[in-house]
Amino acid sequence: MQDMKPDNIVGEHREQTLSFHDGTQRKVFTTETETPIPDGRLIVSRTDLKGMITHVNRSFIDMSAYQEEELIGEPHNILRHPDMPSAAFKDLWDTVQGGKKWHGYVKNLRNDGGYYWVYATVIPNVRGGKIIGYTSVRRKPSRKKVLEAEALYKTLS
Amino acid sequence: MMTYNFSVSPDFNPSHISGWYIFNTWLQRTINEDIHLELYDNFELQRKAIADDQLDLIYANPFDAALLVREKGFTPIACPSNQSDEAIIAVNNESTITTIEALNEGTRISSTDDPDVRMMCMIMLEPAGLGSHNTVLNQRDTYVLVAKDLLKGDADVGFFLEETYNDLSDFIRKDLRPLVRSQIQVIHHLLLAGPKLAHKRDEIAAVLLAMKDDSKGKGVLESLNFEQWNAVEQEETEFMIDLMDTLTAE
Repeated sequence: MQDMKPDNIVGEHREQTLSFHDGTQRKVFTTETETPIPDGRLIVSRTDLKGMITHVNRSFIDMSAYQEEELIGEPHNILRHPDMPSAAFKDLWDTVQGGKKWHGYVKNLRNDGGYYWVYATVIPNVRGGKIIGYTSVRRKPSRKKVLEAEALYKTLS
Repeated sequence: MMTYNFSVSPDFNPSHISGWYIFNTWLQRTINEDIHLELYDNFELQRKAIADDQLDLIYANPFDAALLVREKGFTPIACPSNQSDEAIIAVNNESTITTIEALNEGTRISSTDDPDVRMMCMIMLEPAGLGSHNTVLNQRDTYVLVAKDLLKGDADVGFFLEETYNDLSDFIRKDLRPLVRSQIQVIHHLLLAGPKLAHKRDEIAAVLLAMKDDSKGKGVLESLNFEQWNAVEQEETEFMIDLMDTLTAE
């Protein structure tokens, strides 16, 4: 995955390097700007078995600040924020690969360096008894739950 | 000749009842089959008919579509082009509440038993930290009664299918205010064929898709307030069902 581009970042930012489970790395830039999900919106995406994005809806594009063509074919962890503990994603993958539904609170990274909190649910897409991909739906969480998740993730990072 | 049973999700707009009878008559003549239309007053009665395998053709809401496809072997035929299921949470126009997050524990909700509308609206209350555990739900038989609860001050918020909210009389609607409207876009009602009618699925799909090009068919579509039918593929429906699965309670 490509590093983030400093030209896309809005405002004062911090540079960090993320390391993924497959050994790859990505340079990211983060700001303190939060963009809440507008009320009533659902962010929807689908990935293949390797976590590569195959479908996004309008709300996904708007919230991520990427163009659709920049997202399709990219790994879903293009949204990974350095404040998220890798243990949360390990739990996600272990759960959905086992054929079960996963849900949790996630801080996502935008293309402009800002972030947005979501309550995410991921389910395996089962066809003819086989998992063919995953669907993820993210929605607006309550502030109380975000504060709880933030405190928990600080202890896990 | 065998008679097939057809039903429509009980959240249909009451002003379209005659439209569904007109549609059924048109469909019987067009495909040369006997089809009996049974409209149920509530979801419970229709669910029982589904459980007892009494239905062969259903215009179903997305919530029931999941059960029909995954457990009852129904296959999708078509969906109307201009209809996606969106929900509205409304308040009395004089309410001091202007955002979802301003709602507190103990909020009194008025809702019908429409399962997908209730699900979507409960999700829209989550940013306020509200759920079924800390709200009070009044179930009403119709959306007009939900509106009346708001007008009389017997409920703080009301759950509506957007189409139904828009069809409330101006007299009622002027005293209500939408607090939030869902923007899901990919959830919609659809027409499904049951196992006994599976052999006719492609024929029905073909005549529905051609309706807009035929003057008689066009008139039938107008009576339902549909622009046209669009084809629905199995995978598209499976995707919608997966999406519904992510939204149902853990």
